[in-house]
Amino acid sequence: MPAIEILGLEKTYTVGFWRKRPKQALKSLHLTVEEGEIFGFLGPNGAGKTTTLKLLMGLVFPSAGSARILGMTIDDPRMKAQIGFLPEQPYFYDYLTARELLDYYGQLSGVDASIRSRRVDAVLHRVGLPDVGDVQLRKFSKGMLQRVGIAQAILHDPKLVFFDEPMSGLDPMGRREVRDLMEQLKHEGKTVFFSTHILSDAEALCDRVAIIHQGELRGVGAVADLTSSVHGQVELVWQGTAVPASMRGLGAECHVTGDTVRAVLPEDKQDAAIEILRRERLRLISVTPVRASLEDYFVQKLQPAVSVGARS
Amino acid sequence: MSTRIGHIAANTFREAVRDRVLYNLIAFALLLSGAAILVGQISIDIERLVVINLGLTAVSLFGIVIAIFIGIGLVSKEIEKRTLYTVLSRPVRRWEFIVGKFFGLAGTLFVNTFLMAIGVFGALLYVSRHFQRADAWVLVALYFIILEFVIITALALLFSSFSSPLLSAVFAFALFVIGSFSEDLRGFAAIAHGVTHWLATGAAYLVPNFSALNVISSVAHQQPISGHLILYNTAYALIYATMALCGAVVIFEHRDLK
Repeated sequence: MPAIEILGLEKTYTVGFWRKRPKQALKSLHLTVEEGEIFGFLGPNGAGKTTTLKLLMGLVFPSAGSARILGMTIDDPRMKAQIGFLPEQPYFYDYLTARELLDYYGQLSGVDASIRSRRVDAVLHRVGLPDVGDVQLRKFSKGMLQRVGIAQAILHDPKLVFFDEPMSGLDPMGRREVRDLMEQLKHEGKTVFFSTHILSDAEALCDRVAIIHQGELRGVGAVADLTSSVHGQVELVWQGTAVPASMRGLGAECHVTGDTVRAVLPEDKQDAAIEILRRERLRLISVTPVRASLEDYFVQKLQPAVSVGARS
Repeated sequence: MSTRIGHIAANTFREAVRDRVLYNLIAFALLLSGAAILVGQISIDIERLVVINLGLTAVSLFGIVIAIFIGIGLVSKEIEKRTLYTVLSRPVRRWEFIVGKFFGLAGTLFVNTFLMAIGVFGALLYVSRHFQRADAWVLVALYFIILEFVIITALALLFSSFSSPLLSAVFAFALFVIGSFSEDLRGFAAIAHGVTHWLATGAAYLVPNFSALNVISSVAHQQPISGHLILYNTAYALIYATMALCGAVVIFEHRDLK
């Protein structure tokens, strides 16, 4: 059973005060997230990531389509007891202390009173806030609030966690800790679905990603598959500064750095290039496939939409 | 289900206390003690009347202001600050949130009224040195004031479920003022003709009948309150508040939290 199954989910808002007009925030989204994976939902600001999460959380209602989470409909309270959610730039009841807030959320999630206090202490420790549990949230910094947000999302030991821009407001150390936490959650068998526009985070963490732009799904797949499918090129490095003329004939781009030469050429020319190096008695150091970064793939997927937008 | 409503209500009560809403009690205590001392010096035989009138009117007005100004933000503030997102993504139904909020504010007003009532009876004891049998009717007047709060809280919540805090405050306050003159409105409807009659009658029955809930003057003059009125007002307030609350639930159940 998939953890998340989105079937043609659409959302159209009405905008404008006097002259109301429809604005499609999400166009027929079909997506499946398997249990136990870390799934990245990528897109630039305003792409429809938060709308999708709000639809899944039942905060806004779909104009069309449906979704199932852990095999249940999105308005099923039994499903909501098994998921955690961190909204983008979370804001909490600032008259409460961190411990009181988590206790309240524990009550709403049905966490038994006998274990709630221990659970609250454990998550505060887990998100790096063990000493400020009794401080009112109005005294917390943005980064600390983000950590409280993560704590409330995992407090009730959910099977599936949704994070909307989880690294937002965190310093580099905090981002590293959140990445570690997500990996721990995966090791505990939980599914993590997170939205971000920071591609390096997604590349480092995700089993699979989906790219959304202007409310439309542009690509989905394993990070390795998406990045390797882009170029189909190899990189050859050999010792010396000599670049055989025949190498250029293969369409290789050569760069001399110190006492090594780095050449990038099409994958199907790899054997011919190695043969040239052997013939010229040049010592080959390495042959590696050129993998495009997720950023390359992301930009490639966004470009057609930009040009279409530019024409219209 | 009921436990979640209880938790939301308790948190709403805690918010009111932490936001120093109960500080109004200090102003109330100062007003009442000042009035009791002053009345004791300048009036002859009407100390009780003045203290009851002033005390109960203050209880009513302080409570109405709290009910309106907290009630109008109960939902809209949670949407604006997005605190609602982490609540509704849990196994909490939207109607449970509305009902929990209602009980939280109604509970706050009840505690506030209870503490003020102690003040009123204290002032009464100060000016007349002993309690009279007729003072028991003050309790009935206080009960009606609480019913008034129940209606206003439900109305403020209804407006808060679809409107901005400012407009909600205007609507709720306007209804309170019109409702306080609802007997006059009914009187006007009775003598009006044609379309005016039907419009006035409709408006008279639509706005909350706060006139019937205001027995302060009668109580101050030691007039008994009939059991029939107590029963009628109780049923009226419960039905009116329930309908307003149902309206709030229906609107909120279908609202996108953008």
